[in-house]
Amino acid sequence: MSESAAPTPATAVGTARVKRGMAEMLKGGVIMDVVTPEQAKIAEDAGAVAVMALERVPADIRAQGGVSRMSDPDMIDGIISAVSIPVMAKARIGHFVEAQILQALGVDYVDESEVLTPADYANHIDKWAFTVPFVCGATNLGEALRRITEGAAMIRSKGEAGTGDVSNATTHMRKIRQEIRRLQSLPDDELYVAAKELQAPYELVKEVAEQGKLPVVLFTAGGIATPADAAMMMQLGAEGVFVGSGIFKSGNPAQRAAAIVKATTFHDDPDVLAKVSRGLGEAMVGINVDEIPQPHRLAERGW
Amino acid sequence: MTVPVIGVLALQGDVREHVAALTGAGADARPVRRPGELDAVDGLVVPGGESTTISKLVDIFEMREPIDKRIAAGMPVYGSCAGMIMLAVEVLDGRPDQRGFAGVDMTVRRNAFGRQVDSFEAPVALTGVDGGPFHAVFIRAPWVERVGPDVEVLGRVTDGPAADRIVAVRQGNLLATSFHPELTGDLRLHRHFVELVRASR
Repeated sequence: MSESAAPTPATAVGTARVKRGMAEMLKGGVIMDVVTPEQAKIAEDAGAVAVMALERVPADIRAQGGVSRMSDPDMIDGIISAVSIPVMAKARIGHFVEAQILQALGVDYVDESEVLTPADYANHIDKWAFTVPFVCGATNLGEALRRITEGAAMIRSKGEAGTGDVSNATTHMRKIRQEIRRLQSLPDDELYVAAKELQAPYELVKEVAEQGKLPVVLFTAGGIATPADAAMMMQLGAEGVFVGSGIFKSGNPAQRAAAIVKATTFHDDPDVLAKVSRGLGEAMVGINVDEIPQPHRLAERGW
Repeated sequence: MTVPVIGVLALQGDVREHVAALTGAGADARPVRRPGELDAVDGLVVPGGESTTISKLVDIFEMREPIDKRIAAGMPVYGSCAGMIMLAVEVLDGRPDQRGFAGVDMTVRRNAFGRQVDSFEAPVALTGVDGGPFHAVFIRAPWVERVGPDVEVLGRVTDGPAADRIVAVRQGNLLATSFHPELTGDLRLHRHFVELVRASR
């Protein structure tokens, strides 16, 4: 093995490569919010690439209010033993002990999520300190790069969770992609100021300018309720889709889940999209983001 | 020397990385999602991803029969991780309805090394590939528990608790690895596969 070019030790776990690589394997797939082992089975049967184990879906968190926290370990265990696909779970922003517990439970990815009530209004979790990889939300490129600096191995555009209104997901995805295109158009000597404006490290900004993409996988989330929503986000440049309340708050979850999976794979084929959009029954009722008072908008949590 | 056309099954997974690696290895690489697109390729890569999802989508979008037919007719196929599972005739710890292609006579165990916190990087020496051991990336990876008489074992884990586990095999024109060479920038295995495709034409 002395001939190997790689300087890394013989065997290593929790490297940036296996964390980011795990997200690469989820690309083109749908990750579904579930609150029970039964829902997790339905999601797996429908072709989900992973499930997000939660106590309440965002629509219920929104309706019921109160402080929202990491799920009960029993409930997460139940979901882990119910399915063979990866299981993710949410920790509050900045709550590194919730993240330690989730890692100890053996979840495959931690979502440091604005859907839960933040535990620290200044600092996010130091995600480099963990073996388990993290996904974080972002509304723009600077936010995405700050999360990557802290060790996030995957980014999702935030959208506005629990609404069934896709407009914020669209805004955030367009914004991130637009800011990447702008960086690509800048001469080298203007990237220093661009980094200052983005409040992100110069090295990362330069890497994005050169590659034309984030150094980690970019999914979308927040308000996706139909196969057409999922396909639109894919056409806008998402590499995969998180669906929260949109599935289990709808009339026929199994059928809708399967339809969103198909629409994500064939996001650029209107004939397939038309076929899978038929006969799905009621979509989740939904709330217009405009009608939510500012303090109740989840996307504005995190910075 | 003509450039072989190699498809990457693009239903779900790290398609872009395989397309990039194949292109770097001298192939004309393209994503394949439909039976018509399969007809145009000389070889196929089944990428890393979630094998339960890929297996389902293969049936829904009617790709199973065309791929099985091409495999029977000798088309070279390379599968990494989920792709290895898709090429196994028998899968342990999978879903009961999970089915792979009529591929390699082997039994594969899904998520055999453990969950994501157990995912790792380690060197693996591969028979038939020059230039020293591979720096292999294993992500919720499978291993091979049984191989049939026609299957050649190309690589095993060298140390640690899973030492000696089989992680790379070949049967005729079918090649499978538990790990992901497409994530490392080491193109040797993709070059090896491109040569296999070129030789089979």
